[in-house]
Amino acid sequence: MSESIRSVVLVGVGGQGILLASEVLARAAMISGYEVKTNEVHGMAQRGGSVVAQVRYGPRVYSPLVARKTAQVLGALEQIEALRFADYLAPDGLAVVNAQAIVPVTVSMGAARYPQDVESRLKAAFPRMAYLRAAEVARSLGSIQAANIVLLGAVSRGLDLPSDAWQEAIRASVKEKFRDLNLKAFETGRCLV
Amino acid sequence: MKHLMSGNEAIARGAYEAGVTVGAGYPGTPSTEILERLAKYGPEVYCEWSPNEKVAFEVAAGASLAGARSIVTMKHVGLNVAADPLMTLSYITVEGGFVACVADDPGMHSSQNEQDTRNYARFAKVPLFEPSDSQEASDFLKLAMEISEKYRTPAILRSTTRVSHSRSLVGWGERAVPPKVGLVKNPSRFVPIPVWGRPMRQRLEERLALLKKEAEASPANRLEWGDRKLGIITASIAYQYVREVWPEASILKLGFSYPFPDGLIREFASGVERILVVEELDSILEEHVRSLGIPVAGREFVPGIGELSTDRLQASRARFEGREPVMDEPMPYARDLPPRPPVLCPGCPHRGVFYALGKHDVVVTGDIGCYSLGAFKPLDRMDSILCMGAGVSMAHGLEKAGEPRRVVGVVGDSTFFHSGITGLVDIAYNRGQSTIIVLDNRTTAMTGHQDHPGTGKTLSGEKTRALSIEEIGRACGIERVLTVDPYDIEETSLAIAGEIEARAPSLIVSRAPCPLRERRRVGGLRQINQEECKGCKLCLKLACPAIELQDDFPEINPLFCAGCGVCQQVCPAGAISEEARK
Ligand code: SF4
Ligand code: SF4
Repeated sequence: MSESIRSVVLVGVGGQGILLASEVLARAAMISGYEVKTNEVHGMAQRGGSVVAQVRYGPRVYSPLVARKTAQVLGALEQIEALRFADYLAPDGLAVVNAQAIVPVTVSMGAARYPQDVESRLKAAFPRMAYLRAAEVARSLGSIQAANIVLLGAVSRGLDLPSDAWQEAIRASVKEKFRDLNLKAFETGRCLV
Repeated sequence: MKHLMSGNEAIARGAYEAGVTVGAGYPGTPSTEILERLAKYGPEVYCEWSPNEKVAFEVAAGASLAGARSIVTMKHVGLNVAADPLMTLSYITVEGGFVACVADDPGMHSSQNEQDTRNYARFAKVPLFEPSDSQEASDFLKLAMEISEKYRTPAILRSTTRVSHSRSLVGWGERAVPPKVGLVKNPSRFVPIPVWGRPMRQRLEERLALLKKEAEASPANRLEWGDRKLGIITASIAYQYVREVWPEASILKLGFSYPFPDGLIREFASGVERILVVEELDSILEEHVRSLGIPVAGREFVPGIGELSTDRLQASRARFEGREPVMDEPMPYARDLPPRPPVLCPGCPHRGVFYALGKHDVVVTGDIGCYSLGAFKPLDRMDSILCMGAGVSMAHGLEKAGEPRRVVGVVGDSTFFHSGITGLVDIAYNRGQSTIIVLDNRTTAMTGHQDHPGTGKTLSGEKTRALSIEEIGRACGIERVLTVDPYDIEETSLAIAGEIEARAPSLIVSRAPCPLRERRRVGGLRQINQEECKGCKLCLKLACPAIELQDDFPEINPLFCAGCGVCQQVCPAGAISEEARK
C-alpha cells in the first residue's frame, strides 16, 4: 500500500452531521488535486444508530474502506463512538474527540451502562488526542448544528491539505445561509488543536 | 474536470449520457439515489417512482419496446418482485436499450437477506455488468446500454452497497441523441405464445453465444499482469480490496462478467501458477472456473458470508499462505460499550401504535420499513417480518391456521401500495378476520423520504392525485375502515381493541406525517417534573431517544424532543408536561 495515502474515519450518531463533514473533507482533498474515495452508510443506520464515514485520498486510491490501524485521523462527534471505532486509528494517529455523551436507548432502558470512566478510557486509547467541546463552541458561534464543522476544523490539523482548499470545500458544500457560520466554525476548530 | 460522485449518482450520469429517456424504480437501500439523481436531469428524462419493482420493470420494458432507452432501479430483493417480467423480457427482446440497475447489500446493512443478484443474470440468460467504482458505474451503464441495444437483450448492472455509496471521481461526457420512438408492430417478436415462444427460446441461446464472444473482447474485462506466481480472478468492489491486499499479483478483473468470458479465463489461467478467486457472496465465478477444468482456490480462504474488506482479505491472504491471521484482542478501553442500534426517531408516529399494540394480547405480523424497528426491545411488538407486503398476507395465513390469539398485520403506506393491496383483497375474498394497520406517515421514510401514490406528488415534484388508502380498503371489500391519530394512545388502543373484538376484517389507518421529513416539531417540548417523577421508568418503554436515564431518573433532552406528547400520556404520575414557552 502506498505510504502517501491518507485515511480519515469520522464517527458519530445518526443526525449529527457526519456525512456533511466527510463531504467537505473529500471536496477539500479533491480541490487539492488528490484522487479521493469515500464511503458512508445510509438507510437503517441513520435512525439514531452509530454512523461511520471514511475518506481516503492520495495519488492513487483503490479501496474506499479504511483498514484497521491505518487512519491518520479519527474524528468522533460522540465519546463512546470514538472508543467503538478506535481500532481504525494508526498507532501514531490523531484522535479528535467531541466531549459529548449521547445516551443510547439501550442504556436508557437499562440493558446496558454508559461507561463512567470515558475520559480515562479515551486517554488509554489515544496517545495523541484533542478532546474538545465542539457542541458548546458551535453554540457560542450561533448554532449547535455546526459542531460537525468545528470538529472538522480540528481534524484538519492532522492532515496536510491547504487552508484555502478547506474554505473552498466548505463554500461548495453548505447552503449560502450557513456559509459564514461554518467558515467560522472551521477556523475555530482548527485553532483548538 | 472530474466530479466526486457516489456510485449511484454515477449510474444516473451514465444513463443520462447514454441517452436514456425513461427511468422507473422503487426506492430501496442501497439503490435509491440512482433514480433521484436521474430525475434531476430534467424534462429530457422521464422518471417515476412506481408502486413496486415489477411495475417499474414493466414500465421501462414498455418504453424500450417503443424504442426508447430506459433503466429500471431497485435493490436486490426488489428483483425478486420483478423477476417475472425479467425472465420473459429476455425472450421477447428489447428495442431501445434496457438496463436493470440492481444494488446488492452484502453485509445486510439495510436488508433482510444477502442474496446475490448475479444468479439472476445466469437464470434469465442476460448479460451482467459489475462496476467497481463510480467511473466504472457510469462507463458500464453506457456499455450495458450499448450491448443491450445491439443484441436486443435486457442487461443487468449489478452494484453493491460499497459501490453505490462510495464516492470517487467521474469524468463527464456528452449525452447521446436518444433514438426515435414508435412501436413497430411485430407480434411474432413480442408475443411469446408457444408457437412464437419456442423459436424465441432458440434465439435466446444463440444470442447468449454471441454475448459470450462480446464479453471475451470487452474492455470491461481486463488482464493486469504482475507476478505470475499468483493470479486472482475478481470483480466488483472486491477488485479494489484485492489491489491493496495483493499489490504484486496478476489480476483478471471482470466487469462484463456474464456470459463468462471463458477464453480470457483460460488465457489468464495458463499465464499464472496458481489461481485464487475473490468474490463477494456466492461462489459463482469460482464454480464456473472449476467447471472449465481449471483448479482454483477460493471459498476455503475467502469468506462467502458478509461483505469483504481489506481487513478480511488480509486474513484470507494469511490463510492462503499458510500463516495464522493476526487476530486483535479487543482493547480494554472498548470493553462493554453500550450498543447503539437504530431506533425510531423522537416523535415518530409509529411509537404510539406499537405502544398501544403492546396493551393487547395479539400476534403482530410486520413488514419492511422504519417500523421494522418496532420489533426491538422495549417496544418489542412485531413477531415476524418476511418481505414487502407479507405483514398483510401472513396475518391471514396465521389466522387460517387457527392461531389462538387474534392477529394484527402492520404495513407502511408505501408498502401498502407496493404489495399490501393484494393481501387485503385476499382477506376480504377468503372470509378472513384479520385486522390490518397501515402506518401511514405520508412518505417512504426508511429509504430517505420518497413520494408514493398516496402523497399527491410525483418523483419530479409535480402535483398529482393522492390515492386514498381508506377508499382502496373499502374497494377491496373491507367494510370496517377507520382512521386514527397515532399520537393519541388511548384512541389508537381503543380502535385496536374494537377491531380485534369484531369478528370481521378491518383496516385501521394510523395517520401522521413523518416528523423527520417535515423537519419540524410535532408540538411543544416536553419536560419531566423531577419532584413528581416516581422513577417508575414506564416512559422508557417507549424507546424515545430524547428520554435519557440520568442517575436512575429519566430526563428529556430538549435537543432531541420532538414534542409528540406520547410520553406525557404514558406517565402514570402526571410528571410530564409541556414546557412553558420562554
Ligand atoms: S424517519 Fe420518520 S417514520 Fe422513520 S423512524 Fe424517523 S420519524 Fe419514524
Ligand atoms: S420526549 Fe416525549 S414528547 Fe418528546 S419526542 Fe419523546 S415521546 Fe415525544
